[in-house]
Amino acid sequence: MTLLSVENLGVAYPTRRGNVQAVTGANLMVEPGQIHGLVGESGAGKSTLGAAIMGLIDAPGGITDGRIHLRDQSIGGLDKAAMQALRGAKISMIFQDPLTALNPLLTVGDQIVETIRQHLDLREDEARGKAIALLDRVGIGDADERIDQYPHQFSGGMRQRVVIALALCSEPDVIIADEPTTALDVSIQAQILDLVRELAREQQVGVILITHDMGVIAEITDVVTVMYRGQVVETGPTAKVLGNPDHDYTRALISAVPPPNRKMHRFELISYGGGLPKVNIDELSGGWTAPLSDGPLIVAQSLTKLFVQKRSLIPSRRRYFTAVDDVSFDIRAGEVFGLVGESGSGKSTIARMIAALYSLDGGSVHFDGEAVDRGSSATMLNSYRRQIQMIFQDPFSSLNPRMRVDAIIAEPLRHLSDLSGDEVTRRVDALLEGVGLGSAAGRRFPHEFSGGQRQRISVARALATRPRFLICDEPTSALDVSVQAQILNILKDLQEQLNLTMLFISHDLPVVRQMCDRVGVLRNGKLVELADTETLFEAPQHAYTKELLRLMPRFRTG
Amino acid sequence: MTDMPSQDRMQAKKPPSRWVRMWDSDLAWSFRHSPVALVSLIVVLILVGAAVLAPVIAPTDPFNPASLNLMNGFSKPLEPNAFTGEVFILGADDQGRDIYSTILFGLRISLFVGVSAVLLAMLIGVTFGLIAGYVGGFVDSVIMRIADVQLTFPSILVAMLIFGLAKGVTPIAYRDEVAIWVLILAIGLSDWVQFARVVRSATMVERGKEYVQAAQLIGRSGGAIMLRHILPNVLSPVLVIATISLALAIIAEATLSFLGVGAPPTQPSLGTLIRIGQGFLFSGEWWILFFPAVTLLALALSVNLLGDWLRDVLNPRLR
Amino acid sequence: MIGFILRRVVQSFLVLMVVGLVAFAMFRFVGDPVDNMLGQERTQADIERLREQLGLDQNFVVQYWRFLSNALQGDFGISYRQGRPVAEILIERAPATLELAAVSGFLAIAMGIALGVFTAIRRNGLGASTIMAASLIGVSLPTFLIGILLIYLFSVELGWLPSFGRGETVRLGGWTTGFLTQSGLLALILPSITLGLYQMTLIMRLVRSEMMEVLRQDYIRFARARGLPDRVVNFRHALKNTLVPVITVTGLQLGSIIAFAIITETVFQWPGVGLLFINAIAFVDIPVMAAYLMLISVMFVAINLIVDLLYLAIDPRLRTQ
Repeated sequence: MTLLSVENLGVAYPTRRGNVQAVTGANLMVEPGQIHGLVGESGAGKSTLGAAIMGLIDAPGGITDGRIHLRDQSIGGLDKAAMQALRGAKISMIFQDPLTALNPLLTVGDQIVETIRQHLDLREDEARGKAIALLDRVGIGDADERIDQYPHQFSGGMRQRVVIALALCSEPDVIIADEPTTALDVSIQAQILDLVRELAREQQVGVILITHDMGVIAEITDVVTVMYRGQVVETGPTAKVLGNPDHDYTRALISAVPPPNRKMHRFELISYGGGLPKVNIDELSGGWTAPLSDGPLIVAQSLTKLFVQKRSLIPSRRRYFTAVDDVSFDIRAGEVFGLVGESGSGKSTIARMIAALYSLDGGSVHFDGEAVDRGSSATMLNSYRRQIQMIFQDPFSSLNPRMRVDAIIAEPLRHLSDLSGDEVTRRVDALLEGVGLGSAAGRRFPHEFSGGQRQRISVARALATRPRFLICDEPTSALDVSVQAQILNILKDLQEQLNLTMLFISHDLPVVRQMCDRVGVLRNGKLVELADTETLFEAPQHAYTKELLRLMPRFRTG
Repeated sequence: MTDMPSQDRMQAKKPPSRWVRMWDSDLAWSFRHSPVALVSLIVVLILVGAAVLAPVIAPTDPFNPASLNLMNGFSKPLEPNAFTGEVFILGADDQGRDIYSTILFGLRISLFVGVSAVLLAMLIGVTFGLIAGYVGGFVDSVIMRIADVQLTFPSILVAMLIFGLAKGVTPIAYRDEVAIWVLILAIGLSDWVQFARVVRSATMVERGKEYVQAAQLIGRSGGAIMLRHILPNVLSPVLVIATISLALAIIAEATLSFLGVGAPPTQPSLGTLIRIGQGFLFSGEWWILFFPAVTLLALALSVNLLGDWLRDVLNPRLR
Repeated sequence: MIGFILRRVVQSFLVLMVVGLVAFAMFRFVGDPVDNMLGQERTQADIERLREQLGLDQNFVVQYWRFLSNALQGDFGISYRQGRPVAEILIERAPATLELAAVSGFLAIAMGIALGVFTAIRRNGLGASTIMAASLIGVSLPTFLIGILLIYLFSVELGWLPSFGRGETVRLGGWTTGFLTQSGLLALILPSITLGLYQMTLIMRLVRSEMMEVLRQDYIRFARARGLPDRVVNFRHALKNTLVPVITVTGLQLGSIIAFAIITETVFQWPGVGLLFINAIAFVDIPVMAAYLMLISVMFVAINLIVDLLYLAIDPRLRTQ
């Protein structure tokens, strides 16, 4: 018998420009013990659908039509009190970010015990016993001791286990998990997913797993529902939907996912809902290519960076944290060199050291044979800055919201080159045409563009001074997968046709496999392995690399 | 943020003009739909206009002894004076001065002191806030320690102290002349901390954003980054604080003047007028106190309402 | 944790030293103390004698040290205006101000927090909207106008309550209290409302905005998603988190109660230190100003220390660092 069913559900938010229909005509069925994936890109309405089932749509939004049934009971139109009795008791929820989901001022035990006693008729000591058992069940060791600790004393992965324990307090029938592993590193993600799967099987709970990550869908779900712009476009058994999709959008989405097991020449871009803007590299570059030289363009030797952990006036009492620890590598002219690692591994710090944004606490950086660091002469540094550029991670924060797009792209030219005003304007227009936005886009402000368009503006800015060396710091990790595929294709085209040398930083192994010629693996600031990409993926040497590759969610196409 | 391919080429559509964009902005929309904000703005504009035009629209010059007639003393509002037959809309005080005129000139002083003090506080606070937030480290610690210590002392008290000290060092003959400027200095210096704290925390958020690193990458200097890149992005909380501070500064000025440590009797502000009027309240001449008090309340309230509305719309986290 | 408290104590001490320096500099450099203390009929010998007596012939550091150690022993010099030791005047007047401040501080905090929580939870209700509108009038009304208004209404028109002074007081050792007589209590009503009202509105508005911010947090949404009733979510989860930032500002507000007492005391002719201070400013009576500054900063520093300790009690993140 169906555990939870959603029929023809609509959710709308009234705004000053009329109703925004966040979800239209959505259908969903969940069986006991089943993990039901809900996948889609940003704006697809998947989180809204989850919140609607929970009865947690923020005012002034609301459910406009449709029915929600839990077993035989209709819950769509319940009043506040009835919904509250149901919420947490029969349906509970796992939040995305474990750092903000727990009350920092109450112990973990307080929060679990109060939830248990709210739903089950237990005495204080019985509830505490059950809380310890729950913590133990979700894999927290020394549960009887840790129950009296505060959330800040737990690591990110452990906190997510506490959040799961809280969701299980009332022995619910359905759990809605909204991007439960997005904020976590890949090694912890695997553990949390294992835990969710075990719990679903063992307690016959129906799980709705909301995610944007096709790898997670492939890894853990039994059934998947694909959403696009507020509508369900396809639903069915995971293997069927991923292997042989019916809907064009599903096909487009799948073709954009980077495969972890092979390197493709380019992503096959299946357009959905309109044509794709073409990048015109000749227009972009004005016929210019980076000069090629033999040997390494960048030589990084024994890079070391310390961050102050505890400040003090007395030098001996200061505490430092070694973010980058004796890292050496070189980047050959015309190659794409990758650095991978989990959060806190030091990969972004290294990028900023090479870009002369951070000073070096040890080691050296040589560019084309010459040593560069923040202490170099201004002439030297400016000539270096002309030849290197950077594409940043977050297109929403890397463009100044108060500057017009043409001023943003012109800034490096005005500051670093001696082009005249007219020449700058012409160059900016050509760059905007080249990245497919059109020169009129220069008169607009960044907030008028989508994430992918903004990243194209970033590309135009990075190429304005015609650099030889491009640092890409997680350039697509804030983008939807279909947009990521477009941007990665553009970067590949640019690199090949303009002879650019690239440092490509990412935590996403499949992306790294698509982009890089050689890869270095970082862990806690140390370089643990460096090899050709294919060698690294097929025959990893270091135990940590092997572990990372083993835990990587496998989503295979073709 | 799905890429909408159809929108990718924007050449066909001409970007709207600056005025259209302003009219269409959320701020302007919310303003058009908030009667309270509209009324407040109208009241503020009328009061500012009256203050600016005071020499033109005031029926008499209350500070020209030649135009005063003691016989007009204590004239009631709208009633002809028993001796002279003159009519004063809002009555006259003990010296026979027209209350309406003194209010216009008092408003002028109150607004001038309030606005100047806020500008001074803003200049100091925004500068130190930007530097503390952007440079960080030792400089930040020093600036914020000073701010913390000053914050421990209520601004009205700091203003009184500065006023008292300045009075001490000024020769008696010049005290009245410089009183207004001392008042501006005292209120301005006592109020910069709010600006510094808000700008500092906003700057620290902005400094972490990648557009600042993009500017550092091409070698822009710290000053250029603070002024060109960060300042425009931290202005909206500054605007809110400035509006709320204006109301506070007007009240602070009135309070100091009421206590007799502010505007001198030769240049009375609204606070001074209330101080004068208080003496006559118990003997029945209510209008000498009442009209300046209502004007002050209307000014402070409408500025506060505007500030409150701005904060709701811009919604920065403010303390 | 002990390190944290120690650091705070040292910091407070530094603040007091700096304030002492300001007070001393005032005394030393604003006008000529000798000039101020001797009348018109003075001889060169008088001037010399007083200079030596005040130590004005010594160098700056020695003078500063002398000033501090005198202050520590309760010797703040002699009032220019009244010709009596400043310490004596202050001790005589302090109880009036402290009693007024205590009553209005309690009023402001209790009412402010209660109303703030109410308006945050019932954010769209009629009652909350009315209170919010009233509070805006509250912050726009200068304290002295509130005072005048209350006097006009309750003393002049209705004649229920006294319009000035403390009423009858009772001596308890070195302390004079107005709490023990009927006229003393009646006299306290209007001034304490005047002083507390403005602070109450500020605290209320702060509590409201902090609480609304907290209610938007993920852990509150999660608490609701777990089916916890509103009462538990609002008062157990949200209120405690609201109090963390509120405590700092409330500490500062208590400081301003003492400062705003100056205004209230002026309006009601309340015989406290505030009235003394405002008269000192008007007559540039520097020793009184300096002593008031020192006294009030000791209070502020003490309040801040208490605030820090409260922080430790509420926030476990500070305790375990």
